[in-house]
Amino acid sequence: MTTSVSMHKGIQPPTSARPTALDWIKINLFSSWLNTLLTLFSVTLIYVILRGALGWAFTEANWAVIPAKLRLLLVGQYPSAVAGEVDYVWRVSLCLYILAAIIGLHWGASGRSGERYITALALLPVLMALIPVVYHLAVRPEGHTLGAAFLLALQILALDLVGLVGWLIGRWRGRRFIRLAAILWILYFPLVIVLVRGFGADYREGITPFASVPTRLWGGLLLSLLLAIVGIVFSFPIGVALALGRRSKLVVIRALSVIYIEFIRGVPLISLLFIGSLMLNLFMPSGISFDGVVRAMVVITLFSAAYLAENVRGGLQCIPKGQYEAASAIGLGGFQTMFFIILPQALRAVIPVMMGQFIGLFKDTSLVAIVGLLDLLGIAGGVIADPNYLGTQREVLLFISLFYFAFSYALSYTSRRIETNLGVGTR
Amino acid sequence: MTSSNGDPMIIAQDVHKWYGNFHALRGISMEVKKGEVVVIFGPSGSGKSTFIRTINRLEHHEKGKIVVDGIELNADMHNIEAIRMETGMVFQQFNLFPHLTVMQNIMLAPIQVRKKSKAEAQEKAMELLERVEIPEQALKYPGQLSGGQQQRVAIARALAMEPKIMLFDEPTSALDPEMIKEVLDVMTELAKSGMTMVVVSHEMGFARAVAQRMYFFDEGLIVESGSPDEIFHAPQEDRTKLFLSQILKH
Repeated sequence: MTTSVSMHKGIQPPTSARPTALDWIKINLFSSWLNTLLTLFSVTLIYVILRGALGWAFTEANWAVIPAKLRLLLVGQYPSAVAGEVDYVWRVSLCLYILAAIIGLHWGASGRSGERYITALALLPVLMALIPVVYHLAVRPEGHTLGAAFLLALQILALDLVGLVGWLIGRWRGRRFIRLAAILWILYFPLVIVLVRGFGADYREGITPFASVPTRLWGGLLLSLLLAIVGIVFSFPIGVALALGRRSKLVVIRALSVIYIEFIRGVPLISLLFIGSLMLNLFMPSGISFDGVVRAMVVITLFSAAYLAENVRGGLQCIPKGQYEAASAIGLGGFQTMFFIILPQALRAVIPVMMGQFIGLFKDTSLVAIVGLLDLLGIAGGVIADPNYLGTQREVLLFISLFYFAFSYALSYTSRRIETNLGVGTR
Repeated sequence: MTSSNGDPMIIAQDVHKWYGNFHALRGISMEVKKGEVVVIFGPSGSGKSTFIRTINRLEHHEKGKIVVDGIELNADMHNIEAIRMETGMVFQQFNLFPHLTVMQNIMLAPIQVRKKSKAEAQEKAMELLERVEIPEQALKYPGQLSGGQQQRVAIARALAMEPKIMLFDEPTSALDPEMIKEVLDVMTELAKSGMTMVVVSHEMGFARAVAQRMYFFDEGLIVESGSPDEIFHAPQEDRTKLFLSQILKH
C-alpha cells in the first residue's frame, strides 16, 4: 500500500493541450462516417431554410412598417409630441435612467464577490432601454435618419453615463451601499407605476409634468411589461401564502386555499379575463369601477398565484422533517421556522419551475388583446390592419416575437444566474 | 442558578406513548439530576429515541408525567417554548440548515429567540466553535464539512442557546468510525464541564467513561438500570446480558 501512495505523489495531472478550432471540428462534426453524413445533411437543411428566410428578409420584406409604427408598438397611445399632444414619454425614459443608476450603484457596491444575482435580475428591465431609444429613432420624420441615429447614440451614451455614475458611487462607498441598493430596488417598482401613471390633473390639460395618464392609453411593449411585472411581483407573495394555506392545520384556511387553487387552475385564463372585463364591475358597489388594465392586472396576478402556490408547495414538500425538528429544538417558533429555515430552502428548490412560470406569465399577457387591451400583440394586430401597410403581418409578427424572445430569454438567464449564485455550499 | 447539584432536572413518571395501535413507550420512569450524564441504550425500536424526544416535546406523551427543570410538559404552548430554550438537542442526522453558514446556523436562535445582539451572538458562536475545535470552518456551509465536523457544529448550535440540559439522539450512528472519536471527545469535555446530559448511544466506551447511570430499553420498557459498573460487570437480566454480549463482541 505504501508504495502505491508514494507513487501517486509523483504523478502529475496530464497537461491538456487546448484543442484548436480544427480539432474541435474534427472531434464534434466528422468523427465517423455517420457523423460526417449527419453533419452534411444538417448543413444542407440549414442552408435551405436560411436561404428562404434571409432572402425574404433582405429583399421582399417591407421593413418600413417598423420605424413608422414603432412608437405605437413600444408605448401605444401614451401621449407624445408626435401625436400632437404634450409629451409624457420622457417619464418612461426617466424610469430607465433611474434603473441604469440603480444597477450601476448595486454593481459597484457589491464589488466582485456575491450579490451578482440581484444584478442579474436587473438585466431584464435594462432591455426596457430600447423603448425611448428606438422611440426617438422612430418619431423623426422621413429624411432625418442621420439626426435620428445621432439622437439614438446620444441616448445610449446618456444611459451608460448614468449607469457609470451609479457604479462609481457604489464603488466609492463599497458594501455599505448594498443595503441602500436593496431599498432602491424595492422603491423602484412603485416608482415606475407612479411615473407611468402620473397623478393629479388629466394629461390633456398639460398643467403639471406629472399629470395623470389614464391606463387606457398605455399600450404596446410598455403595457405588456407592466402587466408581467405587476403579475410577477404580486402573485409571488399571494402564491406563497396560498401554498402555506394549503398546508395549514386550520381547516377553514386549508379548504379556502384548496378551493381557490383548484378553481383557478380549472378555468382557462381567457375565460377569467372575460369574467374580469365583463363581470367584475357588476360585483362592485356602484361608483367603484376598475378600468380595463387594472382588471387585467388583477386577473393575471390571481391566475398566476394559483399556479405559483402549487410550485411552492412542491418545494415545501421536499424539505426533510429533520429541518422542522431542528428548528423546533433550538426554540424557533412556527413563523420563525417558516421564514428562516423552510421557505428559503423551498423557494430555492423551485426557482427553475417558478421562472418557467413567470416566462409563461409574460407570454400569457398577450391574451389581454382578446379583451380589447392594446398590449404588444394587440397593437401589432392594429398595425397589420393599417391600410397603408397591408401585407406586413410577417414583418410585424417577427419583430414583436423578437421582443418576446428577448425578455423571456432574459428571465431564463436570470434564473440560471440566481441558481448558480445560490447554489454555493448546498452540495 | 435555581437548582443546585443533586436537584432533579428531569423527572419522568410512567410515560406512555402510542403510534396508532403500537405501544411505543409502556411506562418509563426516570430521574436525571443536575450535572448527571445518563446513557440510554437498547435494540432499535425499543423506544429510546421516542423517549428522549418526549423530553423536549418533539413527541407528545399520552399518559404519565414529565417535569423538566420544574416545568411540567403538557399541551400548554408557552411551556414548550420555555422547555426548548432549556434543552439542546443533537440529532443522528445532524439536521444543520444547509442554506446557512456554520456561523449563521449557530447564531440564528440566540438572535431570534434569545434576542441577543448580533455582536454578542457572534462572539458566543466563535467561542463555541473554538470549544468544538473547528473555528476555521465558521464561514463554510454545512455541505462542505465532514460528518464529524457537522455534528460538532450541531453541538455548538445547541449550546449557543445556553441550555441546562443536552439531549443526544444517537449522535455518532451516522458517522464513519474515525469521526466518532472527535464527536465523543467534545461530548466528554461537555460532560466534564457539568452539563446535564441524556445520551442515546451504543458507544459503550463513552458510557463507561462519563455516564453516572445507564438505562437499557427494550420494547418500550426500562429492562434494567444502574451504574456503568453494575451494567457491564453484573447485569441482572438475561435480555441485558444477551444484548451486551452482542454489541461488545467486536
